Amino acid sequence: MFEHFTPWSALAGGALIGLSTSLMLGLEGRVLGISGVVGGCLGKPNADTGWRAAFIAGLLAGGLLLFAFLPDQVTFVLDRSLPVVAVAGLLVGFGTRMGNGCTSGHGVCGLSRFSVRSLVATCTFMGAGFATVFLYRTLVTG
Amino acid sequence: MIWRAFGLGVLFAIGLGISGMTLPTKVIGFLDLFGDWDPSLALVMVGAIGVNALAVALVKKRDRPVFGASFRWPTRHDIDGRLIGGAVLFGVGWGLGGFCPGPGVVSAATGAIPSLVFVGAMVAGMLVHRVVE
Repeated sequence: MFEHFTPWSALAGGALIGLSTSLMLGLEGRVLGISGVVGGCLGKPNADTGWRAAFIAGLLAGGLLLFAFLPDQVTFVLDRSLPVVAVAGLLVGFGTRMGNGCTSGHGVCGLSRFSVRSLVATCTFMGAGFATVFLYRTLVTG
Repeated sequence: MIWRAFGLGVLFAIGLGISGMTLPTKVIGFLDLFGDWDPSLALVMVGAIGVNALAVALVKKRDRPVFGASFRWPTRHDIDGRLIGGAVLFGVGWGLGGFCPGPGVVSAATGAIPSLVFVGAMVAGMLVHRVVE
């Protein structure tokens, strides 16, 4: 049971994620959510476009650092076909904009502020995720 | 703010990487509650929320952030159909692919084909939302 569980690296990585959202709050006064940062870059350029693009560039640079120094953390074989992944991307993109947030904005930042709105959103997307994986495993992969 | 935002993006990505959330297989392992369950993601949330809740308590004593003019707290408290519907769509997509927005972008930097397909489709989904909104 729990043969893939990695509690210490999960806690440590989570703390670093929380440090990033904390510094964004303390330094810039902003509540960080990745879907908001990405979605906010897509419209007409405004005063927030620059830092949002810089944050995304930082995410990509971090991805390259992981690839160089911790390659096992970014190397995977996913048992989902590319059309399924494409549908997943469409749903995540549309859904996070419609619901105003994702795992970071509602999950991390919202729950840290004891926001009921974010708690409802987080329970809803987690419940939908549990149900989807259960149904996919039952109906598709058997 | 540009360079600070860049640095915070790097920090966020490293945190995701160390936590294992850059692996969609591990995220699906968490969402597979009724199968071979991997509780790691729950502890990622505990770590992140723990640190961030402390920061929220600390900044509440301040009038303004270190660099900005004021704190921009979310103002909405309503729970409506759009919140629920959006969260359901997001959750279904999250379970189908194993990616949420942050890990998708971070792992796309490695050139992994599923990550690139995911991020391209996610941006398309965001643009569709912008059009129909």
